[in-house]
Amino acid sequence: MQVGVALGGEPAGPIASGSQAEATSEAAVEISHLRKTYGPLVAVDDVSFAVTEGEIFGILGPNGAGKTTTVECAIGLRSPDSGSIRLMGVDPQVDRAQIHEITGVQLQSGAFPAKLRVGEIIDMYRSFYLHPADVSELAGALGLADKRKSYYRSLSGGQQQRLSVVLALIGAPRIAVLDEMTTGLDPQARRDVWDLIEHLRDRGTTVVLVTHFMEEAERLCDRIALIDSGRIVALDTPAGLAARASGTKTVRFHPSVTFDERVLTRLPEVTAVAHDGHNVVVTGSGELATAVIVAMHTAGIETHDVRIDTSTLEDAFVRLTGRHPHEAGDEPQV
Amino acid sequence: MSTLAVTRPRAPLAAFGNMVLNEARLAWRQPAGVIAGAGVAVLLVVIFGEIPAFRAPSASLGGYSAFDIYIPILMSFSIAVIAFTYLPGPLVSYRELGILRRLSTTPVPAYWLLAAQIVVQTCLMVVTLALVVTVSIVFFGISAPKDPAAMVLSIALTMAALFAIGLTIAAVARTSGAARGLMAAALYPMMFFSGLYYPVQLMPAFIQDISKYTPLGAAVPAIGDSWVGQFPPAQPLLVLAAYALVFGFLAKRFFRWE
Repeated sequence: MQVGVALGGEPAGPIASGSQAEATSEAAVEISHLRKTYGPLVAVDDVSFAVTEGEIFGILGPNGAGKTTTVECAIGLRSPDSGSIRLMGVDPQVDRAQIHEITGVQLQSGAFPAKLRVGEIIDMYRSFYLHPADVSELAGALGLADKRKSYYRSLSGGQQQRLSVVLALIGAPRIAVLDEMTTGLDPQARRDVWDLIEHLRDRGTTVVLVTHFMEEAERLCDRIALIDSGRIVALDTPAGLAARASGTKTVRFHPSVTFDERVLTRLPEVTAVAHDGHNVVVTGSGELATAVIVAMHTAGIETHDVRIDTSTLEDAFVRLTGRHPHEAGDEPQV
Repeated sequence: MSTLAVTRPRAPLAAFGNMVLNEARLAWRQPAGVIAGAGVAVLLVVIFGEIPAFRAPSASLGGYSAFDIYIPILMSFSIAVIAFTYLPGPLVSYRELGILRRLSTTPVPAYWLLAAQIVVQTCLMVVTLALVVTVSIVFFGISAPKDPAAMVLSIALTMAALFAIGLTIAAVARTSGAARGLMAAALYPMMFFSGLYYPVQLMPAFIQDISKYTPLGAAVPAIGDSWVGQFPPAQPLLVLAAYALVFGFLAKRFFRWE
């Protein structure tokens, strides 16, 4: 798939110079107006974002949204139709060797020869890099330390997946690009991988995470780009995205006595007060729960069985893409 | 952001050593090709050598014995079997498994894996040929090759032609099953024209003419002539070189890394 270096030319030029002026500092990954088509299919359409050094940046979206194409363009596996990409200031279409040294990549589908041992695969990949990471630390963190002598084919799916994460990080990359890294892992292994990723971030590694797993995105990502049909539909912190889903929160409680609703309606956070049997249901925004409870307490009324409903990242996903994340990628993508 | 120097990192050469080592391990752990290529050739040398009728010079074979005739046939046979067992099949499965694609995200170019395979197979071929030659000389009294330089040239061209054909099969086959099918479809006619089943010298003239233009049909007289001390004529050497060039070009043209 040797692609020409011919790109860099007309469409990318002015965009590249313009955006470089805006964001020279701190951007580990900078993508501007990326567009990639496969024949008539537009996989990625005008995607722009910048990832700060040391950030964990999530790319979230339904199947076929263009997540994988975006990261594959970023690491130089595919050449974009137009737009500009810089990783630590380097254009993957121009200096691929440099990109491969500073990035560590985990691809969605990828296996190894059945009859190689784990240690042999690890040692080979380690030798590819000029400044590799500490293998025993990585393998230990991902529970593969006692598997070095095992044949690849004898590993469970989860162990193969963890090996693939180890290999992505083995070059001590400055930017780690991980595509569905915890697919097929049991909950404990998943948490081990999350701990490792946070640990790496704390040491300054930039992480680009493609995922459809809400809990993972919520726990790890500093910011998330939500992609649908090749476009970014929202880019925010996990909490910010969740708040966008409805912008409203609900507090429901059982008051000790009946009370004048104006105690609540005059609060700036409150937009509506309703009754549901014995319960009072307050909708609003901001720090709604605190405001309601303080106001009730001041008025001398006790609040029982307080329940707070806030919208989640999942609500945001559903609202912004019109699809449910579990239908998006729970089937194995091979 | 710290700026990256203009120095272009290059994958350490030790990486290539590790790739060769792992390919050698894989060949060792899946020894079908070693057995079919090296084992069978040496075994046939021993069996043919033990049959008295095969050792008797025959006028219809130009004064040589059947055993004499078979040595270059078995040599070219082992080159073909090793090249075809290890080159197309595993290479296509590496592509199917995404190994080539995964490699192209590392500082190591994916073609290094191909080069590592060729290194391992070349070593395997050299050892096999050395065994065949040594056993023939030591146990069956055949005289040593009289023109070693011509022999090395003939063998090198044979290897190049067969590697090129193997790579072309790897390039056009989409699945490793298809690669195995194409490999068999290429190998068996080639072996027929090499004289493995029946000496070409005793076949009808038109088959002998066709044989001259097949890879093994050209390899056998080139190796045979070198052995008895004549520098081989240009025809078989040119045929082998043409196969290497044409199929080398096709392989390069059509090879897909993913």
